[in-house]
Amino acid sequence: MHTLEQIMARVTAALPGVRLEVIPNASPANQASLLLDHEHAREIAKFLRDDPDLRFDYASNATGVDWPEKTVKEKVKVKKIIDGVEKEAEELAERKTPGFLEAVYHLYSMALGQGPLILRLRTGNRTDRVALPSLTPIWRSCEFQEREIFDLFGIEFQGHPDLRRLLMWDNFADHPMRKDYAPADHQEAKP
Amino acid sequence: MTVGMALMNEELQNQLSRQGVVLTTVQELYNWGRKNSLWPLQFGLACCAIEMIAASMARFDMARFGAEVFRPSPRQADLMIVSGTVTKKMAPQVVRLYNQMPEPKYVIAMGACAICGGPFRDGYNVLRGIDLYLPVDVYIPGCPPRPEALLDGLIALQKKIAAQRLTGAGRPRHLDANAPGEFPVPEYGAHDLVGPRLPAAEET
Repeated sequence: MHTLEQIMARVTAALPGVRLEVIPNASPANQASLLLDHEHAREIAKFLRDDPDLRFDYASNATGVDWPEKTVKEKVKVKKIIDGVEKEAEELAERKTPGFLEAVYHLYSMALGQGPLILRLRTGNRTDRVALPSLTPIWRSCEFQEREIFDLFGIEFQGHPDLRRLLMWDNFADHPMRKDYAPADHQEAKP
Repeated sequence: MTVGMALMNEELQNQLSRQGVVLTTVQELYNWGRKNSLWPLQFGLACCAIEMIAASMARFDMARFGAEVFRPSPRQADLMIVSGTVTKKMAPQVVRLYNQMPEPKYVIAMGACAICGGPFRDGYNVLRGIDLYLPVDVYIPGCPPRPEALLDGLIALQKKIAAQRLTGAGRPRHLDANAPGEFPVPEYGAHDLVGPRLPAAEET
């Protein structure tokens, strides 16, 4: 079983110019994942599938995540002049992290009995830059799952052979799994 | 004549039947025939359908109440058992099937989802009760209701049919020329189903 770093080294050695990033997972699962860049995503995926040492031939799951814009409050140390003396003081600073949508793929190798390897792809934002490269040409099993992500999160998969809504009707305009979605007939529960 | 016979003293009728004289009315005969041959439409929407199937099988045997002939065509069905979650995507088809059934026809809303959306009420994809679009005769609560509960609901429907008057203000829909024959089928809108809902259901 290769570690994530070994896989990353193998990919960067074979495909110069790719940008990979390890996304750590602080939860008890401690399952780190690999963030791919858009330009080389399909190239990397093809390599992961075809490389004789890796052979990730099975994408068991593809799903979406919505990361809305967050404001993070941090304590920042600043130098201030208090009563004519320069002192170090703590100040509360707000920082905004931009929102984005994410597609997550779980890969296994049936041939070598290995996995899972988790890939992530992130969109530019949540409104107009929501396109990602489709991995369906590499793993056919992603077809319906990418359609579901398109339907419920609104990520456009470029290169998908048949990108239509999967669960909601065709002229439905919203993306129900986004955090800020409220159903048209939403009402507060009566006590 | 029907009216006069329907108003016949019930006690006298009972006494006569004990002496071997059976008297009936057109209304009674008509209702008796209808209530004992309720043919349900054969379709299921979710887990409630499993209980419905169990109710129709040998152990619970819905045939005892004349409702075992599940029809695969709406044209031959008298009873629509809405057994399970009605999604918004499925709702137009359910209403269309109901419209295709000949009168007289009845609707049983089986289980929490068919009644009000159940545990999925606040979701984005589930209709908040089939009674928004169809006139429901009997509601059977449960999640899912046991087969006995379905049989109980069926008997409640039979009692309702037996008590129907064929003339006058409370007569069934198919004998009332002014009553609606078809119910509006909802359409898929940009954010939700669009189209008129039943007035009684709007308040809930």
